[in-house]
Amino acid sequence: MTSHEIVGYVFICVGAIFDFFGCMGLVRLPDVYNRLQAATKCVTLGTIFILVGTAIATAVPAIAIKAILCALFILITSPTGAHALARGSYLSGVKLWDKSVTDKFHERAEDIKRSYSGEAK
Amino acid sequence: MRKVTLIILSFVIWFLLVWPFDPVSGALYPQSTIIGIIVAIFVGLLLGDRIPARLSPATVFKRIFWLVVYVPMFLWYVLLANLDVVYRVIHPDMPIHPGIVRVKTTLKNPAGRTMLANSITLTPGTLTVDITDDGYLYIHWINVRSDDIEQATHHIVERFESVLRRIFE
Repeated sequence: MTSHEIVGYVFICVGAIFDFFGCMGLVRLPDVYNRLQAATKCVTLGTIFILVGTAIATAVPAIAIKAILCALFILITSPTGAHALARGSYLSGVKLWDKSVTDKFHERAEDIKRSYSGEAK
Repeated sequence: MRKVTLIILSFVIWFLLVWPFDPVSGALYPQSTIIGIIVAIFVGLLLGDRIPARLSPATVFKRIFWLVVYVPMFLWYVLLANLDVVYRVIHPDMPIHPGIVRVKTTLKNPAGRTMLANSITLTPGTLTVDITDDGYLYIHWINVRSDDIEQATHHIVERFESVLRRIFE
């Protein structure tokens, strides 16, 4: 095994560990929003690590460039997707966890819902 | 001119993504290349107007410089965010005090605001839920340290805002 392969496999292992903790967060954390936090952060970094590891381990330009580009796209799209999911679940009535400290979004959400129902009529 | 720039840019990205070389002989596949050129021209003509107007080279250089500063800083915060999540998830008592707070940004540029919202989502303990036209962001914070808009803005927004303003405005 050559040195770049070893480095690549180390990256892939680190990525898999982050992905694992992200999934553990999905199971342990109490509500949609907290789970989204764990899922977005850990899975984004974990997947990027795996893709970069693939790029280093193979060192074939056709694969490496694709892996790096995919990592960039994930870095841009994953937080956007999380934002859309969080907003969508709040507006469709998913409650925050009982022990949540504060909720400043409530009034704004009511306004948005009202404007949507206004458009529907 | 902007359309030509976008055509070239999208063709380069497409070329890197497809890499149309034969794995054995290394010859270029003509059919993939032709399709790529057609699609790149289509994209360029359709969306060329969306690229911001021509800037002076000094401005472009300054913006690229701050982008180069921003990327490592951003990746560092992404790493911190992950360690933060790992700590909260494996801790037996799960030390979380979640809530949604409101913060204010002074960025005006839509692309800058998008970058800010995405950066906030990927940094420790925060997730952007919504943004209003007048610059208020609603942030789900896993460990609310302050309910107050000024304090929360200081904790969440300010570390990125100064750099992003230099990139986009």
